[in-house]
Amino acid sequence: MITGAYVAGTSPLHRAPAGGKLAGLALACTALLLAREPWSVGVAAAGVAAMYALARVRPAAAWAQVRPLRWFVPVLLVVQLLITDAGSAVSLTARIVLAVALAGLVTLTTRMSELMGALERGMSPLRRVGVDPRRVSLLLSLAIRSVPVVAGIAGRVRDAQRARGRERSIRAFAVPLVVGVLRQADALGEALQARGLDD
Amino acid sequence: MARPGRRLADRSRLSAADMSRVAVFAGLIAVLGVPGSFALFGNAVPVTLQSMGILLCGAILGARRGALAVLVLLALVATGLPLLAGGRGGLGVFAGPSVGYLAGWVAAAAVVGWLVERAGRRPALPWVLGACLTGSAVVLVIGVPVQSFVTGVPLGETMLISAAFLPGDAAKAVFAAVVTTGTQRAYPAAAPGARRVAAADGPPAPGEG
Repeated sequence: MITGAYVAGTSPLHRAPAGGKLAGLALACTALLLAREPWSVGVAAAGVAAMYALARVRPAAAWAQVRPLRWFVPVLLVVQLLITDAGSAVSLTARIVLAVALAGLVTLTTRMSELMGALERGMSPLRRVGVDPRRVSLLLSLAIRSVPVVAGIAGRVRDAQRARGRERSIRAFAVPLVVGVLRQADALGEALQARGLDD
Repeated sequence: MARPGRRLADRSRLSAADMSRVAVFAGLIAVLGVPGSFALFGNAVPVTLQSMGILLCGAILGARRGALAVLVLLALVATGLPLLAGGRGGLGVFAGPSVGYLAGWVAAAAVVGWLVERAGRRPALPWVLGACLTGSAVVLVIGVPVQSFVTGVPLGETMLISAAFLPGDAAKAVFAAVVTTGTQRAYPAAAPGARRVAAADGPPAPGEG
């Protein structure tokens, strides 16, 4: 079972509407992108730290959100130091970590279903060009369900590959996998058709 | 060019068959991002084939459905599911320096699909390879300038840093092309240019080996 990163809680941030949080995040990220002076980045850092405190997120969960940057930050810092002075190097690097941390905070405090709902509502203007939000949410649910199904197909293909002693051939792995995935997809399509989705 | 009568319906609504292919291929990209899903040099190098999955989506599903499959994956990532290579996910990936590469994926799937669609029922390997290499280039053309903008590192230096990934990207494009032609030989309905013969090839067999 795959799960999102949502951590249950009752803080004001948890209770805020998902759409509002997303809009705020978009604004804050744009502002961070434009912030280049050390003082403004310092203010932003204090703001993000205060928000994490307000949401009462455990440090481990917070770290998990910025962990993907752990190799990127030192490299960027070194490159920046070669180009500019220490002050702007630190602030240019810090604002990226802050943007990612802030986005992570929205992920941590918003249920996946709420984000999906916000996504659907955000798409309703697209109704005019023929996008049906209900079909979009069906599509997303089908995709979530497909992940473990495809993982199962991959596992079976890997076993077959091992039995044939061809563990190292990408072709012997990927071709049967993609064919299996296509079969699965076409069977699913027939099932959806049978339920009248094309009517 | 083909099926002019379906064109309008195509634009307004995705058929059940299209929807399921898009959904399952979004799942395929996610599974290809699990490290160790494929072992190269006995698991010493944690290779993920996720970027190959992007090219496969375009080459097998075609421009529209391929790009849509990538968009579906990104939408799931945005809701917090850890589906990107190495278990990354959440809105953070869209706030970080890699956002341009993710946007590039959508464009790459569309470009690869568009090119392979031109090749008819059974695309030849050199054509598909050219399409896949073009797709990899599209990812970089969009991703590198965005990374440069987000990090504040000048474009020249950013290009130098990303040059380290060129050999891997080229290799994945080659793999994607080989896998695409292999798949289309084994399952002729897998070519985006091929007319769909739904339900004509018997009941689906589980797994393959």
